[in-house]
Amino acid sequence: MTMKYVDEFRDSELILKTSEEIRRLVDPNYHYRIMEVCGGHTFSIFRFGLQNLLPENIELVHGPGCPVCVLPMGRMDDGLSIARQSDVIFTAFGDVMRVPGRLGTPLELRAKGADIRMIYSPLDALKIAIDHPDRKVVLFAIGFETTAPSTALTLLRARELNVPNFFVFSNHVLILPAIRAILDSPDMRIDGFIGPGHCSAVIGARPYEFIAKNYGKPVVISGFEPLDLLQSILMLVKQMREGRSEVENQYSRVVPSDGNISALKAMNEVFEVRPFFEWRGLGFISQSALKLRPEFSRWDAEVHFQVEGVRVTDPKAAQCGEVLKGVLKPHQCKLFGKECTPEHPVGALMVSSEGACAAYYHHVHLRQAVGE
Amino acid sequence: MCLAIPGQIVELFDDDHHYAMVDVSGVRRKINIGLLKNEGIRLGDWVLIHVGFAMSKISEEQANEQLRLLRMLGESDEAMQEVMGYRFDEHGKEG
Repeated sequence: MTMKYVDEFRDSELILKTSEEIRRLVDPNYHYRIMEVCGGHTFSIFRFGLQNLLPENIELVHGPGCPVCVLPMGRMDDGLSIARQSDVIFTAFGDVMRVPGRLGTPLELRAKGADIRMIYSPLDALKIAIDHPDRKVVLFAIGFETTAPSTALTLLRARELNVPNFFVFSNHVLILPAIRAILDSPDMRIDGFIGPGHCSAVIGARPYEFIAKNYGKPVVISGFEPLDLLQSILMLVKQMREGRSEVENQYSRVVPSDGNISALKAMNEVFEVRPFFEWRGLGFISQSALKLRPEFSRWDAEVHFQVEGVRVTDPKAAQCGEVLKGVLKPHQCKLFGKECTPEHPVGALMVSSEGACAAYYHHVHLRQAVGE
Repeated sequence: MCLAIPGQIVELFDDDHHYAMVDVSGVRRKINIGLLKNEGIRLGDWVLIHVGFAMSKISEEQANEQLRLLRMLGESDEAMQEVMGYRFDEHGKEG
């Protein structure tokens, strides 16, 4: 199977060389656990079967970097309680439309008559608000630092145009507190991190230094091509072999060390850090999410609609939390592929293509399709 | 969710709202370039687009690599759908 895939890669020779170099450098008596933080990487890793190009003692652990996956069900229910109001148009990205709340998904609620619309950009939601001045248009904002600057610029535009009927329900989360929570978790043993590519294009490479300096774990920020990911793993293995722990940037063609200053400025102007925020599987993490600053409270859905703050425990049989923390592999969950499938997801990790469970599920089916 | 789509800037609008017309594999859409205002975006530049915003300037070679990656991942249809889905042109009628 490995070879069949490798032939399709550009630089297939380089891929094999890199894979061999990794094999040559690893300590055969050590079991390496490398976490890819970003859901986009998880998707690439499964899609290209990269685990098959690695020696058996390198284990890729799938991190919490899919924004849909880490959203607790209570936040979904809070959002849907707003969506149920008759004067509201509720807007969300496609991934969010299929995330189950306690009483169903946004799609199911829409079928029952709620005005819920799928959008591709936060600016789409603002445009709908401009076109429908008699309705309240709510953006269910979600995403890490990759997406938060876009929400920020949309809010700045709403202020500039003085759009009073546009509201943002912010569920933006921050990548670094999530990594810190994983590092501080007692059941966790990660040897190194593949840093996210597009999130880092915003925050840069420097903010990861505490992981290398304070925790002694190497970080390599990576692109999404198969060769990018293999090179990043090779860079991590080299660091470990040489006893170094540094932040290295394999994706420097897109990620500047200092990040995107305009994006960081816009985020800082519009958002402040919440004292704490609940994450699915990881519990409450302090200073890990963004809310609108008081200056923007007239556009803040949480202020305008007085959101209840619902807390819902995940369905008992679903083991999303364990999978998110890398304690269980997706297929080890009792519901995987049975009650919980991409068509009928029980947990959020089965919804987005960047969720570990959905990526794993599609990969298994892809393998079956090519006769493995 | 974190899909990044490469596109080429084909028109810059002469107002202060930081919009540009971008061409993604033949489809043209208005995107926001406010996040790159310090980078001096010019006609012909290539950018990575995420949720309707240009997030990084990239080289043409990198853009081609990225398009190839989307095809390999089987995500190019999804990417085109996303680009065609942007409906925020403030001067246009509702889509």
